[in-house]
Amino acid sequence: MVTGWFDGEGDDFRLLGTRCSACASVFFPREDVFCRNPACAGGVLEELRLSRRGRVWSYTDSRYRPPSPYVTDRELPWQPYALIAVELAAERIVVLGQAVPGVAVADLAVGMEVEVVPGVLNEDAETTWTTWHWRPTGVTA
Amino acid sequence: MTRDVAVLGAGMHPWGKWGRSFVEYGTAAARAALADARVDWRDVSSIVGADTVRGGYPGYVAGATFAKALGWQGARVTSVYAACASGAQAVGAARAQILAGLADVVLVVGADAAPKGFFRPAGGNRADDPDWLRFRVLGATNPTYFGLYARRRIAVHGDTLEDFAQVKVKNAASGALNPYARYRKRVTAEEVAASAVVADPLRLLDICATSDGGAALVLSSMDFARRHGVAEPVRIRAVSTVTPRYPTTVLDLPDIATDSAVAVEPAAEAFRASIARAAYEEAGIGPEDLSLAEVYDLSTALELQWYEDLGLCAEGEAAKLLREGVTAPGGRIPVNASGGLASFGEAVPAQAIAQVCELTWQLRGEAGDRQVAGARVGISANQGLFGHGSAVVAVR
Ligand SMILES: [Zn+2]
Repeated sequence: MVTGWFDGEGDDFRLLGTRCSACASVFFPREDVFCRNPACAGGVLEELRLSRRGRVWSYTDSRYRPPSPYVTDRELPWQPYALIAVELAAERIVVLGQAVPGVAVADLAVGMEVEVVPGVLNEDAETTWTTWHWRPTGVTA
Repeated sequence: MTRDVAVLGAGMHPWGKWGRSFVEYGTAAARAALADARVDWRDVSSIVGADTVRGGYPGYVAGATFAKALGWQGARVTSVYAACASGAQAVGAARAQILAGLADVVLVVGADAAPKGFFRPAGGNRADDPDWLRFRVLGATNPTYFGLYARRRIAVHGDTLEDFAQVKVKNAASGALNPYARYRKRVTAEEVAASAVVADPLRLLDICATSDGGAALVLSSMDFARRHGVAEPVRIRAVSTVTPRYPTTVLDLPDIATDSAVAVEPAAEAFRASIARAAYEEAGIGPEDLSLAEVYDLSTALELQWYEDLGLCAEGEAAKLLREGVTAPGGRIPVNASGGLASFGEAVPAQAIAQVCELTWQLRGEAGDRQVAGARVGISANQGLFGHGSAVVAVR
């Protein structure tokens, strides 16, 4: 449902942002139209692969089924998932994402190292919607 | 020349889930405010409505909707939308008209009939809308963000779940004394701890509900107030509606990521703190002058954050302030003497107006059993989605 936010396979998987050629500001989700730095007259916005690893800024979970437009199978019982806000040091940005399935809030701590991995948001008979997940480093599940 | 405007009247419709239209709530609140002000609707020269985005098309044009319900009488009309800050922008618009000499008496109204359960974006496929994206891509509801802030406070400042629960206990005790509050029952820390987790570490009783409700104010020039026989009205001395400064480095609704600080060093002051500072500077006061504060306690943990952002204490010391009873009834600066959102729930366009209603009653000494003794200066603080600041300073 969103194009150009991530690409790559396996260890090469990365979130994609953009960087202003004039002031070096970084944007995620990608900003392709104008640089949002008020001191910048505006430059070309070039695609940038974000750091693979970062540290947990904070985390929480969703114990109740989120409303539409989040897509879930209402026939199945709700399975809570964790959400992690991750600080990427090189880009000095915090990016929110779901934790990989199986990682719960009890497995997390502020400051812990995590890495970005490909994930599945939801799928039906025709389409699989892919996304990014955060996974504590050292966890291979 | 004074930059003050007078609060001649304040009125509310009780909060709750009443199953009626936002027009009814707003009109009831407006009539109450007009009666309180002893002003005939036909003598009001301007009406400002704070918009709801629910309730169908008329919700987008609240000013005219309320004017029609009260009976068309030719007043100047304004409708404003600024999410949770809509009420403050409505007060700001009314005040600007009065100070500019465009209107003498202005009626400000906000009301909403909220949906059940989580707030959610409007329908359709809108990948250009950050509010839609956070639900679609992450399932990140509002409580998700409240949970992130709470967990961060625990990690950085050592706040505890018990501290969060005590905010609810405090606000519920005040709400029990407020006839306009939706929840009028005291709550114990044990009841908070026994309620279901919604977004770790926050539980159902840590998070405010959605509600129906309405609130209204009659504002006027100081000259009109004197001619009207009100020599010492409650006065609005500042309205802060500031935007953030780039780069914002605290993850905030509805965004999936913060701005990057790689190219521009962030300001030392976070957005919420800048909202309060702008209000203090405009009013020529500081936190030490406050008698009370009404803050946007979407969650218990967020109320603690506001203590620091309002400058009631240093960063990281909010829980200590709470534990010492400084923000409790009878404390040095009672916070949410009205009961806050913990007791009212969210009725988005009404809430920032309702905060000013409470300040008005408190500064007049008309707040009954929840009265803050000798109240002279009050601040309301709030924040609207998409970067809308909201704070009002009222004095007596
Ligand atoms: Zn730039």
